[in-house]
Amino acid sequence: MDLLLEGFATALTPENLLYAVIGVLLGTAVGVLPGIGPAMTVALLLPVTYNVSPTSGLILFAGIYYGGMYGGSTTSILLNTPGESSSVVTALEGNKMAKAGRAAQALATAAIGSFVAGTIGTILLVALAPNIADVVVKLGAPSYFAIMVLSLFTVTAVLGSSKLRGLISLALGLAIGLVGTSTGQQRLTFGSPQLADGIDVVVVAVAIFAIGEALWVAAHLRRRPLDIIPVGRPWMSRDDWGRSWKPWLRGTAYGFPFGALPAGGAEVPTFLSYITERRLTKKPEEFGKGAIEGVAGPEAANNASAAGTLVPLLAIGLPTTATAAVILVAMQNYGLQPGPQFMDAEPKLVWGLLASLFVANTLLLVLNLPLAPVWAKLLQIRRPYLYAGILFFASLGAYSVNFQAFDLGLLLCLGLLGLAMRRFGLPVLPLIIGVILGPRLEEQLTTALAISQGDLSTLWSEPVAVVVYVVMALMIVGLVVTGFRRRNKGVTDRIDDNYQEVSM
Amino acid sequence: MSIVVAYSPDPYGRAALAHGAVQAEQRHEDVLVVNATRGDSLVDRRFADDADLARVRQGLDTLGLSASITHEVVDDVAAAVVATAERVQASLVVVGIRPRSPVGKMLLGSVAQRVILDAPCPVLAVKPDGASDEV
Repeated sequence: MDLLLEGFATALTPENLLYAVIGVLLGTAVGVLPGIGPAMTVALLLPVTYNVSPTSGLILFAGIYYGGMYGGSTTSILLNTPGESSSVVTALEGNKMAKAGRAAQALATAAIGSFVAGTIGTILLVALAPNIADVVVKLGAPSYFAIMVLSLFTVTAVLGSSKLRGLISLALGLAIGLVGTSTGQQRLTFGSPQLADGIDVVVVAVAIFAIGEALWVAAHLRRRPLDIIPVGRPWMSRDDWGRSWKPWLRGTAYGFPFGALPAGGAEVPTFLSYITERRLTKKPEEFGKGAIEGVAGPEAANNASAAGTLVPLLAIGLPTTATAAVILVAMQNYGLQPGPQFMDAEPKLVWGLLASLFVANTLLLVLNLPLAPVWAKLLQIRRPYLYAGILFFASLGAYSVNFQAFDLGLLLCLGLLGLAMRRFGLPVLPLIIGVILGPRLEEQLTTALAISQGDLSTLWSEPVAVVVYVVMALMIVGLVVTGFRRRNKGVTDRIDDNYQEVSM
Repeated sequence: MSIVVAYSPDPYGRAALAHGAVQAEQRHEDVLVVNATRGDSLVDRRFADDADLARVRQGLDTLGLSASITHEVVDDVAAAVVATAERVQASLVVVGIRPRSPVGKMLLGSVAQRVILDAPCPVLAVKPDGASDEV
């Protein structure tokens, strides 16, 4: 508790408060704009890590992450185009509510629900992360290896609609992660000295998120504009409050654990929350026509999962969403290694960051309620202006890594890869996680094998590792079984359709 | 012969429509309403929705005018209006003109200005006033 209070002292200094405000404003803005997400924004802002102190930088990025989760709901509700993949489910009921003239209530329940869920999630994060870190610190290399394999597996196979596409994306990511001479021998360097140090993750992230998206938009520049539903200041009646508070809490209960598991992501819990609310509602006839429960639950779930995602990130150093992955890159840029020792080694930074999450959450509520019409105006920005700026910052970011023109060439090549992935519907997340975790996976494997002097059985010598492998086996069985009998097919199809529209 | 009206769902576009309708009645000509967008932003307030255009059509029908409406995504809105005027050999183009701040002039182009300069026929530039909002 003292640590947390000290954290607030760090988070509430004028400088850090300013970064939190910038973070949440920027995060909400990019959350509102479809196609531009918090992951891309954090990737573009990675160069700030050269000048800004670690605490301020991470507060900025955490603000963007939380803000992105908020902003996505606005676009989902007013435009029926989810700003983020985590808001896909919100669009189902939210847009129907807006069409029925209840846009203000939909936005209000989304914003207040996000605040409630974000605050509860952050409290759970503060309570859990140190304890988990204490447990994790005792694990050996084999267990780490198993957990990372599980994380790669779930991100690839469990999330997303196509397992094959997930695997292709993961293979691409691992291949990019292999480039270099970290093991002493040259791998995939093609004799080029510039590739000998490996491809910097910053370049990969910026290329895949920013360049890929910009090229994709350029390829579809002219599209019929969407009809936006005009909205005033969000507000809710007594009845709306009564119908919202339970879904908020249930959504939080779904979101946080899913975020905290190495199988993270916000897509599954938002979907589960939607299904639950539809089953439990007292007014089933309203579902499909704009039921407030269908907005309140999923919106709470996605913010709670954002808080949950930070548990494995801080305690194990394991990213489970694209944004968390890029934040991890930022930490590595600072020379910080998140993981079990992180909380003890950098208490000021970690607790400052956790306290700033409470601050960011409150700021978001204060900003979002009155500013909703302003955010809606952002959608009128012409794409050429927007993407010209993105390309500029992307090139700047990639160049500033090593100050060599070669990186710009790499940026373009990987950007074309990003475009191709969007064209062929490959998910981006497995690639980026593969690039980041691939080398660390190899490191844990070589450590484990070095200790056991090459005996492979060491990989299942620790109980945690065995449990993780059993969980993975169960998941494979589960996937096969559900593959045979698909339930809720109608809803799944609608959601799959929506996912097609969203890229990270 | 026909009269081309550059329409947008705001007071300026409605003023243009109202004056265009009056001209068409006096000259006994057709009305061709053009509403277009560059389609490069997610939301374009000057691009009418289908319900709005249905009201426009209904209004013109009640006046007994023979009207057609084009509603499309184009590379350049001003060029699209001028091209339409050339194609139908319009006798008149009606545009609504809007005030712009100095900053707005620096940042934004003017569709009305380019239509006035480029159109092959006379152009009627109108401003909204309370009375002309009938159609």
